[in-house]
Amino acid sequence: MREAVPEVQPAADAAPKKRGRAIVVTSGKGGVGKTTTTANLGAALAATGATVVLVDADVGLRNLDIVLGLEARVRHHVLDVLEGNATLDDALVTDKRVSTLRLLAAAQTREKDDVDTSAFRDLIDSLRERFDYVLIDCPAGIEKGFANAIVGADEAIIVCTPEVSAVRDADRVVGLLGEGRQIKLIVNRLRPALVRRGKMLSVQDVNAILRLPLLGVIADAPDVIVSTNKGEPVALDQTSSIGAAYRAIAGRVTGTDTSEPEIPREKSFFEKLFGSRS
Amino acid sequence: MFEFVQRFFGKQPSSAMAKERLRLVLLSDHLSLAPEVVESLKRDLLEVISRYVEVDPSSCDVSFEQQDKQVAMLANIPIVAMRNRPTPPAAPPTTPAPPPPEPPPSLDPAGASAAVADEPEPEAVPDAPAAAAPGAAAPKRKRRRKRASGAPGFSAI
Repeated sequence: MREAVPEVQPAADAAPKKRGRAIVVTSGKGGVGKTTTTANLGAALAATGATVVLVDADVGLRNLDIVLGLEARVRHHVLDVLEGNATLDDALVTDKRVSTLRLLAAAQTREKDDVDTSAFRDLIDSLRERFDYVLIDCPAGIEKGFANAIVGADEAIIVCTPEVSAVRDADRVVGLLGEGRQIKLIVNRLRPALVRRGKMLSVQDVNAILRLPLLGVIADAPDVIVSTNKGEPVALDQTSSIGAAYRAIAGRVTGTDTSEPEIPREKSFFEKLFGSRS
Repeated sequence: MFEFVQRFFGKQPSSAMAKERLRLVLLSDHLSLAPEVVESLKRDLLEVISRYVEVDPSSCDVSFEQQDKQVAMLANIPIVAMRNRPTPPAAPPTTPAPPPPEPPPSLDPAGASAAVADEPEPEAVPDAPAAAAPGAAAPKRKRRRKRASGAPGFSAI
């Protein structure tokens, strides 16, 4: 019916473009769990039926593929797409378990400086037209890789562990992200038993400094290590409390869950005795 | 059990140490990250001080330094000479103190130093405020210390 009035309607009105959310997962400090968070949040979001693409912006140190168990399926990477050596469709890897989840892998044998920042922004923009969520796994540091990873994102998730170094770096990154972005916090690798004994910063301690809306708290648990070993996101494990925590975070990202995040508590003697998983 | 004994003897848990160390380091991070804030602080500081003594704005230096329990602001402001008639600090905290009548808002160092040149002895000023007098008698370089307190409210870059 639209072709009846082709000249009257402006092109923009003809097909309303999709505008998915571009969220960068960042931290400043390395090793706090950005990649694991990206993989699990992406899997949890996709499991709700949303279309999700995970973009590994850690050029030179590709890891999102192996955490997701998709390393054998990667044929082309983000730089192949940016340099015109592969189409976006060629490079997007479909997840084994969740059909609405895609991965765009980083180049492993290239450097972060090889990525053109404005081209990367355009790539994220074009992904937003196709997916509900574009999650960008940011490399550690605040150099070119960071600048590339954040350029196309108007939302950010800060992953921070309860350590002085991680909190200080997170604070710095919040400053670098600027005013224009919505920034939220995930506290990762919390050990409730240590917090109770005054040997670890609590979630409140961390957020008294960062002062960000809290998306969720992930306890330091073997589940995450085991699932990473297998290349299966723990978020898809219905029996894991960590998986449930990731799914709750996904609910807060989509807006379906408006409850306050649960702070992991110490396991009881009974749970310790019977709750161990291999 | 050992922790209980430690706590009994008032030993600080390590998380409290972490909190305190973070607070201090972030305070100085934020201050050092905002050179324009330091600049405007320097301007304001000079403006207030030059109501009482004549200072050389070009050789003024303001820095922040972490000491064991606090972050200190160190202002090194060389005094050129005393003002002829310093504005008396009647009641600094209560009244906002009207702008100094004598020195113009925009500093005119050349003119001001010429005015005091014939009167080199600061003690000659009879109604010099007590607060300024020791500074005048002391060596030329005056070191002011001020504790920069409060939570880091801004994170400028």
